[in-house]
Amino acid sequence: MSSLLTPEIMAFVGNKTKPQRELVTRRDIRKYAVATSNRQKKYLNGDEAPPMFHWHLFWDVVELEDLSNDGVNIDSLLPNLPLFKAMAGGVDFEYLKPIFPGDWLTAIRTLTNIYEKKGRSGDLIFYEVLMEITNDKGDLVIRDKRTTLMR
Amino acid sequence: MKYSKENIGDEIPGREYTPNIAQSMLYNASLWNAHRIHFDYEYATREEGYEGLIVPGPLIGDWLHQCIQEWLGDSGRIHSISYSNRLASTVGETLTSGGVITGVDDTGNTAEIEVFVKNAKGEIVAPGSAVVKF
Repeated sequence: MSSLLTPEIMAFVGNKTKPQRELVTRRDIRKYAVATSNRQKKYLNGDEAPPMFHWHLFWDVVELEDLSNDGVNIDSLLPNLPLFKAMAGGVDFEYLKPIFPGDWLTAIRTLTNIYEKKGRSGDLIFYEVLMEITNDKGDLVIRDKRTTLMR
Repeated sequence: MKYSKENIGDEIPGREYTPNIAQSMLYNASLWNAHRIHFDYEYATREEGYEGLIVPGPLIGDWLHQCIQEWLGDSGRIHSISYSNRLASTVGETLTSGGVITGVDDTGNTAEIEVFVKNAKGEIVAPGSAVVKF
């Protein structure tokens, strides 16, 4: 079987983003809590961020011209891949500290792996990204490992 | 409430969700996710071959968290969780979360929970497992 993953593609493993620093606001927490049908008052009032709020906080604010026809953008950590329809795969999160409005958090994402598999309907490429989120004191707040499929 | 090994096998309460297109739009907008499978019916069905608009995978992931967090209330926190999106779900489907306690440590300070979101056919669309700390 010939591999879709060339040495040029694999050389991107280890690629890191620049630190991205963002402010947590009560309003953003409230919007996130409502949009996810959360029922807990502390989240609906924006007193504390619910788990997974960090997906809202650190999703790339991509410019419109950078979206492809399917409305997504290719992760800036990735090289050009021969497959480009993305699907959510598995995640693994560690929540080490709570998040409150007013917190400034910084994320650095690292491309940690790229691999391929034969799926039922053809080849699939998987890639794994580790996002480490720290507060201004340098404490690790969340460790987020994510696998995405390209088909 | 104090948990012990006797609680292994206990179910934790779940709930039903019937996501509509407005919820999907607000959720995706809050992320900055313009993936067309979530709001463009023609694109989702013709180009991608789905049966309808797709419920965002991380929204279902959030519901796994909610199942645990509602059960915990203020008495504990999710320390870690892993889950995967196994099957696509379409907007308008009714999805149900739930879980079971699969482990409690000797001190009763840490427990392991299996969680899921199922569709109306009873298929698990997203299984997960978590460690919680009281």
